[in-house]
Amino acid sequence: MSDYAVETNMSKGSFGEEYLSLGRNKLVEMFRTMVLIRRFEEMAAKMYSMQKIGGFLHLYIGQEAVAVGSVAAIRDDDYMITAYRDHGHAIARGTDPKLLMAELFGKYTGTSKGKGGSMHFFDASRNMLGGHAIVGGQIPLGTGIAFKIKYRREDKVCLTYMGDAAVNQGTFHESLNLAALWKLPVVYIVENNLYGMGTAVDRASAVTELYKRGCSYGIEGMVADGMNVFSVYDAIKEAAKKARELSLPTLLEIRTYRFRGHSMSDPDSIYRTKQEVEEEKQRDPIEQMKKFLLEEKIATQKEIDDIDAEVKKVVAEAVEFAENSSEPPLESMYDDIYVS
Amino acid sequence: MPEITYREALNQALAEEMERDDSVFIVGEEVAQYQGAYKVTQGLLQKFGPERVIDAPISESGFTGLGVGAAMVGLRPIVEVMTFNFSLVAFDQIINNAAKMRHMSGGQLKVPMVIRGPNGSAHQLAATHSQSLESFYSHVPGLKVVMPGTPKDAKGLLKSAIRDDNPVIFMESEVIYGMKGEVPEGEYTIPIGKTDVKRQGKDVTIVAYARMLGVALNAAEILAKDGIQAEIVDPMTIRPLDDEPILESVKKTNRCVVITEAWPFAGVGSEIAFRVSSKAFDYLDAPVELVSSEDVPMPYSKTLEHNVLPTPEKIVNAAMRVLYNSKDPGKSED
Repeated sequence: MSDYAVETNMSKGSFGEEYLSLGRNKLVEMFRTMVLIRRFEEMAAKMYSMQKIGGFLHLYIGQEAVAVGSVAAIRDDDYMITAYRDHGHAIARGTDPKLLMAELFGKYTGTSKGKGGSMHFFDASRNMLGGHAIVGGQIPLGTGIAFKIKYRREDKVCLTYMGDAAVNQGTFHESLNLAALWKLPVVYIVENNLYGMGTAVDRASAVTELYKRGCSYGIEGMVADGMNVFSVYDAIKEAAKKARELSLPTLLEIRTYRFRGHSMSDPDSIYRTKQEVEEEKQRDPIEQMKKFLLEEKIATQKEIDDIDAEVKKVVAEAVEFAENSSEPPLESMYDDIYVS
Repeated sequence: MPEITYREALNQALAEEMERDDSVFIVGEEVAQYQGAYKVTQGLLQKFGPERVIDAPISESGFTGLGVGAAMVGLRPIVEVMTFNFSLVAFDQIINNAAKMRHMSGGQLKVPMVIRGPNGSAHQLAATHSQSLESFYSHVPGLKVVMPGTPKDAKGLLKSAIRDDNPVIFMESEVIYGMKGEVPEGEYTIPIGKTDVKRQGKDVTIVAYARMLGVALNAAEILAKDGIQAEIVDPMTIRPLDDEPILESVKKTNRCVVITEAWPFAGVGSEIAFRVSSKAFDYLDAPVELVSSEDVPMPYSKTLEHNVLPTPEKIVNAAMRVLYNSKDPGKSED
């Protein structure tokens, strides 16, 4: 896999004592949210294989620290927008897993009343604005959200997530140019999980250090370790501060890894080796966080076990809720197309 | 009523709506310092400043998508495309983001924005710069498509489009920016989705919109010399299409010609012709005729271009065909 030499701006993100200042509650909550995402995704995979969930299903397993570390570093009134691997972002933002599972089931109680599905999780009440399924299509949207922040002179920031493959779309370059030209408070986050579907980054990008793509536009590039929630947290804190105080964009590459295939239809045996996946699993973001919590005596093994049990219950209840929810009424087909 | 140009009418609508609501801003190529590629935005920079009248780089996908994003969080962007030909570069943003956001979010979000600019041919601009793209946009649920053909309609409908909570594709025409017409003084709006009868007549219904309205009115004058009274019906809004006044007219005249500057295949013209054929079948005394542009990319040659487009002569001929070449007005009224 990656022999990336990380030359500059690597967010240090050790698991050092300095993070104790975040406080026990926040640290435990970050851990719990990562576990919740993991268990939610495992259950979603199971439900998919039982044909309770249809369409495409892109799991976030392995990348949990990216969504959780970034959401932990911003305020509730900040904005976020992402691509189709969006379950982790919605859960990290606090959307009720029941509503999300119901959406996956295509039920009327889902976040989009069964019209969005896996790739279109929205929670406008939490400023989580999707869930977008055309690669790179959401990047101008995030730029426009940042435009509104500046237009209204708010001190907010918009986190605009994308996968590594999106950086080769025209929308990426047009957006970065506009954000730099007009000094917009946006953090472009490239979740580099090393593969755009089955195509490795070095087969898709002429320059594989993706954070360098900002330099054409005078946008500072940063790199964070996506398997370390604190590395993500630090990098977002810094980029968000720059957005709020100076109204400047940042391009942040977060190096992560997905432990599952691109989607449920990916046999995951062609473009990467089992050995590579196993090696990456040694850096499991949840296991690393767990080790930190135990070593720093922030949580006991018992408390960790309790969290896992509690989260499993939340996920089981989400499935029960989705299962018992109604199908959308046929007449709802024509709802929510126009504002009348 | 004062007479002003179509361009001035649009400019007044923009200025009045920006005055009225500070969430309205305009972004596009050459809209500010240059005063508009076609001068529709003339004076707006001086009046509202560079934060609300914004020159964009040639980056249609980027600034159209930026408009969608801004609209999702409460602003009311007006995105000017220099011509609709260039909107093709932003097609994904318009179709997949603007049109579908409300649906995909289950009604959580709305996209109150206007994408406006000239549509259709001008003079010898050749294949890539001479397209009538309304059929593309009208195909898509979630969009509204508005195409005014007079200064009065342009102003009243643009004001409604800016106030609308949905994405509105607002198609103007370079050829008629200089057209003069009476426009009421002071505040007025014209509702989106209402068809208007532009000329009364009893012998044949001619449906025409946007630039083709004027061409159809010219044809009506020629027909009148032969004693044929054409009724000109202008939908003004293509989507949602208010077909009732069209059907009412056909029920009176029993004959219908549909005019469109777009291509004939799978277009707005065939949609209107279909609706007339299916909903007024029992009233028709002749098959519905369609006068469209020829089914070719627009050639540069002036002679060829003229012959690709609908002309008053082509419309007259089509009217004569549905009247079975009758020049006797009595005969057409059986």
